[in-house]
Amino acid sequence: MAKKVDNQYFFGLDSFGDLATKDNGELTTYAEALRLVVDEAILADTLGVDSIALGEHHREEYAISSPEMVLAGIATKTTNIKLASGVTVLSSDDPVRVFERFATLDGISNGRAQVILGRGSFTESFPLFGYDMQDYELLFEEKIELFHKLLKEKPVTWEGKTRAALDNADVFPKTENGLHTYVGVGGSPNSIVRAAAYGFPVVLAIIGGNPDRFKPYVELYQRAAKEFGNEAHPVGMHSPGYIADTDEQAVEEAFPLFKEAMDKVGKTRGWQPMTKQHFMNEVKFGSMYIGSSETVAKKIARSMSRLGVNRFDLVYGFGPVKASARRHMIELYGKEVIPRVRELLTEDAK
Amino acid sequence: MSDVKTIGIVGAGKLGITLARVARHYGFNVNIAGSGNASKIALTAEVLAPGAVAMSSEDVAKHSDVVILALPLGKFRMLPKEALAGKLVVDAMNYWWEVDGSRDDILPSEQPSSAAVQEFLPISHVVKAFNHIGYHDLFDEHKLRGDPERKAMAIAGDRDDDLKTISKLVDQLGFDPLVIGGLLDSNRLEPGMNTFGANTTIEGLRELLDQQ
Repeated sequence: MAKKVDNQYFFGLDSFGDLATKDNGELTTYAEALRLVVDEAILADTLGVDSIALGEHHREEYAISSPEMVLAGIATKTTNIKLASGVTVLSSDDPVRVFERFATLDGISNGRAQVILGRGSFTESFPLFGYDMQDYELLFEEKIELFHKLLKEKPVTWEGKTRAALDNADVFPKTENGLHTYVGVGGSPNSIVRAAAYGFPVVLAIIGGNPDRFKPYVELYQRAAKEFGNEAHPVGMHSPGYIADTDEQAVEEAFPLFKEAMDKVGKTRGWQPMTKQHFMNEVKFGSMYIGSSETVAKKIARSMSRLGVNRFDLVYGFGPVKASARRHMIELYGKEVIPRVRELLTEDAK
Repeated sequence: MSDVKTIGIVGAGKLGITLARVARHYGFNVNIAGSGNASKIALTAEVLAPGAVAMSSEDVAKHSDVVILALPLGKFRMLPKEALAGKLVVDAMNYWWEVDGSRDDILPSEQPSSAAVQEFLPISHVVKAFNHIGYHDLFDEHKLRGDPERKAMAIAGDRDDDLKTISKLVDQLGFDPLVIGGLLDSNRLEPGMNTFGANTTIEGLRELLDQQ
């Protein structure tokens, strides 16, 4: 059975395993970037951060293509932190394998695995694993249906066009208390309705523009869940940020890093390079949580309360951030930002 | 020039729904179609763009004064050609390799994408607009005329009368219209050009075009 999500505030960190910058100014190797994430997750665990989510990518700037491998490493060295993928690109994966891998992670971590299924904002995995972009919708549609069946942890009979049929197939290992499953969505209304139809909670990827525009999406999720007779779980959000000791320092350090990362993606999509003005608009009014602990906490609390979400995942190492700055950011997030957001949300509720 | 009262939108993804929200905000009737049955997007339309009516793409074409294309470009050959005959059609689509695959597979090389859409819909009146401003900026930045911060929307089309109608519509939807030429010039607004993603005032947009 899929587990219920706790109805409390939940604060996570999120990384794609970006290659970081070392003290000597060089980029880390992929291997170093992977070890860095493991160390950061251990630190986050000691600070009481609720989750670490690792995204699956197949691009040269990111070290993580197999989140659950890294999460398994983290699992053996941590005790409380939830171990999430953010996202697992289900369209170009096999639902049976995904279930097996995450059920394994769930077993070795004492029930701390969370799989966040998605279509991904990149599509490199399609040619890499031999899938056709023309089947983009069908692949996700069918695979999420199968995954939903697998979560019941009973023999499955299924037939579709995108993988071999299953006839009363039993899949192992079984979990102790069900596998926490979410759907990560980026603003496609159809994805929200689909998640609600299966009764999955959603995490909204809000990576640009005014977050308030997602408020009706939360309502859409709740209305759709009701219509399908499913529970409307609390909704989560994920956004990029950069925390430093002062607002000025955060902005000064983050701009070139965010610009480098955004321009790299933009080049392939035909966007123009990011300007300082665009960046500052995102910092002030948009979806980048950049500044001192107090500034970032206020902005997170505002967004969570405006949108009515209960979970916030901060993408903390976006671009070639210095390894030491990433560590400091996690300390600030765990020690100052999270307690302050909880405080602000509690005041707000009164 | 004709007066637009009912806007049709084909495509109920991020862009289509955003356009529906903005159009409803300014009091237009909105008909919208997704890729499947109308019932699939009825709830989405009701919650995200209250008042917008979900229907099939044929019905959107039949019952709207203009039809905005907001579907993935790679799917334009699935448009209801007959129902769109004689209609004013606004092409807001862009080639995006990650979704559409190789450009050569979906478009004749060198031809602006909107010209290819016009070729596919020979009896429709195709105008390119709403393609270069990102969907979140469309939602965040629409403003009443006269606001000094108001952003500009580039428009390309071959018939003066259509350009006038769409210029007025762009203005009514919160942006300063700027006609940049005919459909054969519309590649000046495509991905990779300096205007693509431009969220700037009319002076700013003119400057970008001058730099090309």
